Amino acid sequence: MTTTPQAVRRASPRTRRKTTPAAPDPSAGFMPQREPVRLLEPDGTPLPARDDYPEPPVEALREMYRRMVVGRRFDVQATALTKQGRLAVYPSARGQEACQIGGVLALREDDWVFPTYRESMALTARGLDPVEVLTLLCGDWHCGYDPAATRTAPQCTPLATQCVHAAGLAYGESYQGRDTVALAFIGDGATSEGDFHEGINFAAVFKAPVVYLVQNNKYAISVPLSRQTAAPSLAYKGVGYGVPSEQVDGNDPVAVLAVLDRAVAHARAGKGPYLVEAHTYRMEPHTNADDQTRYRDADEVEAWRDRDPIARLEAYLRARGVLDDAAVAAVAEEAEEYAATLRRRMDSQPTVDPLSLFDHVYAEPTPQLVEQREMVRAELAADGEGDA
Amino acid sequence: MATMTMAKALNAALADAMLDDERVVVFGEDVGQLGGVFRITDGLQARFGDKRCFDTPLAEAGIVGFAVGLAMSGLRPVVEMQFDAFAYPAFEQIASHVAKLRNRTRGALSVPIVIRVPYAGGIGGVEHHCDSSEAYYAHTPGLKVVTPATVDDAYSLLRAAVDDPDPVVFLEPKKLYFTSAEAELPARTAPIGTAVVRRPGSDATLIAYGPAVPVALAAAEAAREEGWDLEVVDVRSIVPFDDATVTASVRRTGRCVVIQEAQGFAGVGAEIAARVQERCFHALHAPVLRVSGLDIPYPAPMLEHTHLPSVDRVLDAVARLQWDDQPDTRWVAA
Repeated sequence: MTTTPQAVRRASPRTRRKTTPAAPDPSAGFMPQREPVRLLEPDGTPLPARDDYPEPPVEALREMYRRMVVGRRFDVQATALTKQGRLAVYPSARGQEACQIGGVLALREDDWVFPTYRESMALTARGLDPVEVLTLLCGDWHCGYDPAATRTAPQCTPLATQCVHAAGLAYGESYQGRDTVALAFIGDGATSEGDFHEGINFAAVFKAPVVYLVQNNKYAISVPLSRQTAAPSLAYKGVGYGVPSEQVDGNDPVAVLAVLDRAVAHARAGKGPYLVEAHTYRMEPHTNADDQTRYRDADEVEAWRDRDPIARLEAYLRARGVLDDAAVAAVAEEAEEYAATLRRRMDSQPTVDPLSLFDHVYAEPTPQLVEQREMVRAELAADGEGDA
Repeated sequence: MATMTMAKALNAALADAMLDDERVVVFGEDVGQLGGVFRITDGLQARFGDKRCFDTPLAEAGIVGFAVGLAMSGLRPVVEMQFDAFAYPAFEQIASHVAKLRNRTRGALSVPIVIRVPYAGGIGGVEHHCDSSEAYYAHTPGLKVVTPATVDDAYSLLRAAVDDPDPVVFLEPKKLYFTSAEAELPARTAPIGTAVVRRPGSDATLIAYGPAVPVALAAAEAAREEGWDLEVVDVRSIVPFDDATVTASVRRTGRCVVIQEAQGFAGVGAEIAARVQERCFHALHAPVLRVSGLDIPYPAPMLEHTHLPSVDRVLDAVARLQWDDQPDTRWVAA
């Protein structure tokens, strides 16, 4: 039988397939899904269950609901405290409750959190004293809580610098034989900072058990996401570092917790870091001092009200029959009490001893600081204010 | 007693610190198998394993920030910045976190990190390899800033830095790495926070630190021919600064020249001169003078000798210390 040109053409692809099998995609296992993971519709209707992100236990979801409601009430109260002059400034996290609460609920008590200034809600949800959390914004000191006792780093204002600390802490813990996980919160704007990249790279190279949770709330103060990245998702930034990455609907509490559960389990199992981008939206201005009308339309903000994470989870839990009017009322009452207690405690102006300025610069004050402390002590004595 | 270089003494200090305290970990760029570009970490990885001494990605902010996290977990990191100017990317981590964490947390967190920085010039290095960066660190409260000028001090101050409860920027004068001296280890010299009189004298005090100390000593030796008996104080610890030793010396001699290799404007020498003037005014027979590098970016190798403080420049300054009670006319308008 003679071989026709057509036969050669037909045969050659088969031959090629046989001799050079397609190489496996080296980025497989790191790539985020094309669409953010979502387990609930915005109205709370459940989507089909999925194997990769099993739904968290119902008790965890009820607890998440409780902390989200209390957390939002805390946030509203803190904003009110700025109007009364009790806080110098407050960066609100309203609208981001699923990320704030999910981020701490996914962790054990002995895990470490590396928060930014916008995580006051997350920290109070973690059980930190709200007055201690608000110390930074109240102005009597910088960090008001004990990071070692609470396993919570000071709220970080220099952008993304905490990403490297989280890598170091997590590596140090595993180096010493402990299975601690560190979770670093970060915003979309800060993913442009070098320390985000250095942190995630160090974590990857040293297989440090860190979860990086990017709350993409669409704005870095006024600058929109389009000026931070040309990537289709911030989760793609993990791929180049060999870090498994995922994107999730950050206003879907069930999906946020499901994705973070998997990320934390991955880290705790010694497989290294995990990057999660949560798509969410900051419902309030950057801080109470910000004028958001200069950079976004009211319509845009209003459109996000339909995707409210608390209403979404409440509708889902009610439909499942695990949350009723009484339970909702009880949570609402708890939130009011939480806010009332905070209001009362913030009523009294804290006293700060000027001489304490010299206490924690070094373990022991230098001779120069001792001299300066004596100068201040003398000034206070002359003013009749000091104890000298 | 054995003759050894400053580089070898620093290497021995790191090894002994790692031996004495298993929390000590050493890391940075090329510090592992290579032993560092100046061989200060030579042999540490082979001896203590690649978990105690390891290479990192090339990212200085990452190295220092990683050290912050490791210190928070209870370890004692010693990191190497490969060269002075390569440490600048780490400056935010150093200024905003390393220096401030104790203060920000009212003492709840401390980060006892040693940041080793090979610094200063005189080695014919190309640009970005010869900066004197001490003023940046000294101006940052919360950091201790130390720089040895002798082999004994290199060992002892580095051991003290690793043991210190506060972060220490440890500045190693590159041009002194391979100078040798008799030393018996483990040497223990004066603690951090103290200056020492390297050479007693009665006519004037030369105050210097790090790479300027040998210049001061050579100038004091040369000054004998001019009939001047000069005292040399080695600062050693820029922060905390030892006002007591410096003040006692200048009050005794009544004249003072401060010598630094760094550019002069707003430098550590300016701070020292101001402190001496504040504390010794009534004992001074002449204004406190400074001899420093020029106020220029560190020059190319063929011009560095013009930039660096020399024995002649120091002697010129000493000559202007109003020996015959004639005012120094240098600054008087014509």
